[in-house]
Amino acid sequence: MVSLSWYLSVGALLFAIGVLGIFLNRRNLIVLLMAIELMLLAVNMNFVAFSHYLGDHHGQVFVFFILTVAAAEAAIGLAILVTLFRNLATINVDELDSLKG
Amino acid sequence: MTAMQKLYLLVPLAPLVGAIIAGLLGRVVGRAGSHAVTILGVLVSTVASLLVFVDVMGGNTFNGTVYTWATVGDLRLEVGFLIDALSATMMLVVTFVSLMVHIYTIGYMADDPGYQRFFSYISLFTFSMLMLVMANNFLQLFFGWEAVGLVSYLLIGFWWKRPTAIYANLKAFLVNRVGDFGFVLGIGLVFAFFGTLDYAAVFKAAPAIAAQGATLPGTGWLLITVVCVCLFIGAMGKSAQFPLHVWLPDSMEGPTPISALIHAATMVTAGIFMVARMSPLFELSPAALSFVIVIGAITALFMGFLGIVQNDIKRVVAYSTLSQLGYMTVALGASAYSVAIFHLMTHAFFKALLFLAAGSVIIGLHHDQDLRNMGGLRRYMPVTWITSLVGSLALIGTPLFSDFYSKDSILLATEAAHRAGMPGATFAYFATTLGVFVTAFYSFRMYFLAFHGEERFGGQHDHHGDHDEEEPSADHHHGLAPGQKPHESPAVVTLPLVLLAIPSVVIGYVAIDMFLFGEFFKGAIHVDGAQHPAMARLTELWHSFGSVNERAWHMALHGFVTLPFWLDIAGVGLAWLFYLRRPDIPAAIARRFAALYALLENKYYLDRFNEVFFAGGARAIGRGLWKGGDMAVIDGVAVNGSARLVGWIAALIRHLQTGYIYHYAFAMLVGVGLVLFFFVTLPYVLSAR
Repeated sequence: MVSLSWYLSVGALLFAIGVLGIFLNRRNLIVLLMAIELMLLAVNMNFVAFSHYLGDHHGQVFVFFILTVAAAEAAIGLAILVTLFRNLATINVDELDSLKG
Repeated sequence: MTAMQKLYLLVPLAPLVGAIIAGLLGRVVGRAGSHAVTILGVLVSTVASLLVFVDVMGGNTFNGTVYTWATVGDLRLEVGFLIDALSATMMLVVTFVSLMVHIYTIGYMADDPGYQRFFSYISLFTFSMLMLVMANNFLQLFFGWEAVGLVSYLLIGFWWKRPTAIYANLKAFLVNRVGDFGFVLGIGLVFAFFGTLDYAAVFKAAPAIAAQGATLPGTGWLLITVVCVCLFIGAMGKSAQFPLHVWLPDSMEGPTPISALIHAATMVTAGIFMVARMSPLFELSPAALSFVIVIGAITALFMGFLGIVQNDIKRVVAYSTLSQLGYMTVALGASAYSVAIFHLMTHAFFKALLFLAAGSVIIGLHHDQDLRNMGGLRRYMPVTWITSLVGSLALIGTPLFSDFYSKDSILLATEAAHRAGMPGATFAYFATTLGVFVTAFYSFRMYFLAFHGEERFGGQHDHHGDHDEEEPSADHHHGLAPGQKPHESPAVVTLPLVLLAIPSVVIGYVAIDMFLFGEFFKGAIHVDGAQHPAMARLTELWHSFGSVNERAWHMALHGFVTLPFWLDIAGVGLAWLFYLRRPDIPAAIARRFAALYALLENKYYLDRFNEVFFAGGARAIGRGLWKGGDMAVIDGVAVNGSARLVGWIAALIRHLQTGYIYHYAFAMLVGVGLVLFFFVTLPYVLSAR
């Protein structure tokens, strides 16, 4: 039987990959979006695991919500990305520093 | 509302209607229409005042509310009339002099473009002054007080194109603010401690409060004394008592009719009237009375000295007004309130006369006011000459003339106060007695210089002294051209002179018994005979002059053997010697005592002092607050300083903003980590221990 801690470990691993993806990736904004998706999935994994463990279906309902929102968010993110690329002709993260003080 | 109440209302409202018509519809009704409507208003008012006066003499007084303006909690703001001997006398004096001045103005202002405006103002003044004297509560008194001040301001600056007139009216306004500050404090104290603004209620409650020895909280000062001194400071401003007198000589920038009406006969006596009205309060405070008598004595004597060196005919009369107001104040201080009111009345007549006569001379000389350019006018202006002589004789207190009765009574009252050991009265006694000599000297100096001696008008004088340039009413040169002769003024000018000369001569003889020794002022003026014996002594003396009907005559006869009469003779004689026989003597004296002469010429340097100390001080404070407070603290530190601070902080903070998304994400992550640590891990660790 696969115990809860395995699931949590997978979740934590996925989250860590997501975080690293954000920090280590200096090239590509798309990869950044993917990393964020990965972090959300990690959270979803935790939700499902706990839901099963505690016998409470609320957690799974949450996951559906998060998936839906994440899909919408990804769509918006990609749309912004397209506009960004049209305007700046780049999606290189290192070059996107117009917020610099 | 009874018929009498309607009559009371008619007295102030008739001039108000005239003022409104002449002021707002002046263009429609025209010049003749303006003076007709205002004179009609004042005439109605005069007749009504006369009826009221007769009614009051019959013992019929009135004290009641006419209109409730507003009610705030317990405070009722009302328009009410207190009609008794005091207010009836004032009403009669004010309306009569005002009527004379209205008529006179037709002649004096004939060529002035501001004709309708002028009539509107003087009618408005009459209304305000009547509201002041008829008031039965402090609020209405204050309303009238400020309203006459406003009209005075407007009229001093009537010729608003002259910078000197604007300076003078500003000065009058500011100096009066100083006095009014005290006045408002006094009224405020009355309301705070008596809980009402109604005269009758305050006077009723005052003895109890004085008997308790109530003091102003936080100090050891007797409440009654503080109230009285504050109120008197108001009177000092309005009635031009030392050291708040400085505005009155400058107010001569206004047209002569208002100098006669406002700055001699009526408005400046408002302070005297007010103190007489407040006699139930002042009687309770010996300290305040001593203050009053000393201020009055200083004004009476030292302002008289200044009259000696003035060369502007109106200013001589103005200083004489100051001095006479000082006499009235001395009478108030000696608790001889009825004597002060008596002098107020006689003074109103003969001083209005003197001013209007001076105005007539000014018309005759085409608006030249310099005494040095006059002389010998008696041949050309006989009516003005005779009436001036009457006015001057009245002013110096020649026996039988009106002022003799009032001024001699003041001297006697002061002497009585001095003998009773009142603090300050000894000084007042000597000051007023010496003042008689000074009065005689400057009055006849003016009279001789204007009407006798060689004719000095029409010379190529280099445009008269100080303050009559650019008068808009006359675009020709001031003064007479060489060879031109002065002419007598028109009938509208001389008629008021004659009508004022009559009471100037007889009013004292006629009215002294009723005013000073009868029951006339009983109920209106309160004198504590045991504490302040001046009036009692005066009455005693009066009764020693034989039977009732011949007392006034005997007093005049007695007047010939008293000191003041000989001081008068000396003053007139000296003036004759100096200004007719040997005109070189005054010049020699002025050279010999140059410092003293400069002191008088510069009016004791009080104007200079005020300009440097108060005006300069105010400017320095203003500059300090502007540079230090506004520019340095508010602008520099508070406004620009905070902006600069934000700028500095932002300059430091901006280095945190790299613009790289992963930095922000990292900051968020660290933040989440910290939040988790503090709110989850740390409480868990602590609770586990």
